[in-house]
Amino acid sequence: MSAGHFFVLGASHHTAPLAVRERLSLDDGATAALRGELAGIAGLHEFTVLSTCNRVEFYGVAAAPAAAAEVQARFCTRQRFVPAEFEQFRLSLSGFDAVRHLLEVTAGLDSQMLGETEIFGQVKEAYGAAQAHGHTGPVLNRVFQKAFQAAKQVRTDTAISVGQVSVANVAVDLASNIFGDLAPTRILLVGAGEIGEKTARAFQSRGAGTLSVASRRLESAMQLANDLGAFALPFWLVPVKLDEFDIVVCATAAPETVVSLAAAQAAMRKRPTRPLFFIDLALPRDVDAATAKLQNVFLYNLDDLAKIAEENRAARAAEIGKCRALLATRADALWRHIEPRLEATSAKPDASGHRTEIA
Amino acid sequence: MPYVRPSMFAGLTDRSWLWLAAECYAVGLLLGTWSLLRGNRQSGIWINLVIATGYLFQVIGLWLRGRAVGGCPLGNTFEIFQFTAWSAITLYLIVGVTFRLSLLGFFTSCLAAVVTLVSLSIPGWDAARREHIFGGNPWIELHAALALFSYGVFALLALTSFMFLLRHYSLRHKHPGGSFAFLPSILDLDHMSRRLLVIGVTLLTASLAVGAAYWVRDIPSVNVTKLLLTVAVWLAYAVTLGLRLCGILIARRFAWTGVVLFGVALLSLWPVDASRHALPPPAHVVPR
Repeated sequence: MSAGHFFVLGASHHTAPLAVRERLSLDDGATAALRGELAGIAGLHEFTVLSTCNRVEFYGVAAAPAAAAEVQARFCTRQRFVPAEFEQFRLSLSGFDAVRHLLEVTAGLDSQMLGETEIFGQVKEAYGAAQAHGHTGPVLNRVFQKAFQAAKQVRTDTAISVGQVSVANVAVDLASNIFGDLAPTRILLVGAGEIGEKTARAFQSRGAGTLSVASRRLESAMQLANDLGAFALPFWLVPVKLDEFDIVVCATAAPETVVSLAAAQAAMRKRPTRPLFFIDLALPRDVDAATAKLQNVFLYNLDDLAKIAEENRAARAAEIGKCRALLATRADALWRHIEPRLEATSAKPDASGHRTEIA
Repeated sequence: MPYVRPSMFAGLTDRSWLWLAAECYAVGLLLGTWSLLRGNRQSGIWINLVIATGYLFQVIGLWLRGRAVGGCPLGNTFEIFQFTAWSAITLYLIVGVTFRLSLLGFFTSCLAAVVTLVSLSIPGWDAARREHIFGGNPWIELHAALALFSYGVFALLALTSFMFLLRHYSLRHKHPGGSFAFLPSILDLDHMSRRLLVIGVTLLTASLAVGAAYWVRDIPSVNVTKLLLTVAVWLAYAVTLGLRLCGILIARRFAWTGVVLFGVALLSLWPVDASRHALPPPAHVVPR
């Protein structure tokens, strides 16, 4: 009787370009259907499908490597992908390497945006779905639970998730540094362009309060306001109503200054004790640089935000070695624990309930 | 003076308990510093546990001292500094934990460690003390206790102001990361400072009102130096509060005022204490 086989099979941004990943991606319906198909593979005892925008991965426990090959075949058939082509972009690991890979994926070390935490939730969701359908067993349960613990430890003991790495999220973090809870804050977005919209959405995703949009073309402002569930404000009212807002995101294409020093001074006279935060994402700049000297006024431009994002990226990158060492220790201990269990999997029923004996 | 060394509390003297308290605060300081240097978020539970243990030891120490002197232990510079640190910790344990201001526990343990260790390390501050300084009058004792408790509040105000200045510096100089990332927000610190100023001024006003009610009946007993300095400190804080509420003294200037005023208030305790020693009875100085 051969020993059981723990494997990971798939493709990610490390192995496949965007055009290929688009063809490989699975939506919720396709994932559910594929899950049903994989459950019928003889000798596949346990499995989980992890599908995100940057990766499709299958984690499995099988009686023999042949089951992994069958998973690949079914996936390629469903996605209308030639297996030989898929193998060019394929990630295929087994045993200890597969365990370590899962731990690194869950901790965000394998993510395109290093140290991001969204992947943790996505792995948890994938595992939850597999568990709900009875596709997990003692090995995957153990491996995934330990992967979650390891990811939490990495986040706590290292600085891998500290600081934001996108301009929009850096802006939101800075606003939190000034206002704390963002729920009561009032935000004004000046300009209806893409970068402004992204920043506004970042604020909304972090629970920011009321949002208003102003643009030279009122219809653009109204359309974006409608998309964002915000209020539209006529452009000419921006300097007049400045005091009513806590955070002003400026991202217009205007060649001249939109917020003058005089307008900021007038606003601060009406609200001296409450800070005013200008996020100037425009080039040329929309906010007079002299406003930064006013009491209780904070001004960050695109360069400032990009520099902080870059510093955070560098700081995260500097933590990789520490994280990998920590996860390798955890993976090693975990592998020593599950290896004996894998020995016993060859005689267990598969995910569909079939009992398979491999001679 | 025959100080009591009760068999309860392991037979330790008041100063031994106060040393233990100071060491706990120092451990809090070291724990926080270590955590910050590692770039980790502070473990509020551990810091608070260490501070609470130190506070318990300090309460026992001050209680033993109070029992020995038959009143609130405010008879010399050592006792005044200990009582001020105790007040700041008391307020931190009530207000700080409630408002959950990140790093406030660390900064409070820093302040308490420095104040208590310095006061314990200078033997001269506790070499002699005036007995019966309240002349058996509980109102005067209340006046003194309220005044020093307000100093504890102002100590905490100085800390939140200092934290505000750090946060403000990090934001103005575009360095929000590193250890600065663990500081509370500008607005939270400003709100906390304003609340503390209101509490401190209220307590000091009540203290002066209680003292004044006694002094007007016995003008010759008034220590002019003490009175002038106390009123000056009260006036400075009251004016600061007025200017803050009117929106004139705000942000960085308000924070600097909170830090500087506490330094001045602390320094004013020396001439106050010295002038009391120069005064004739009712109290008499007892060597320790």
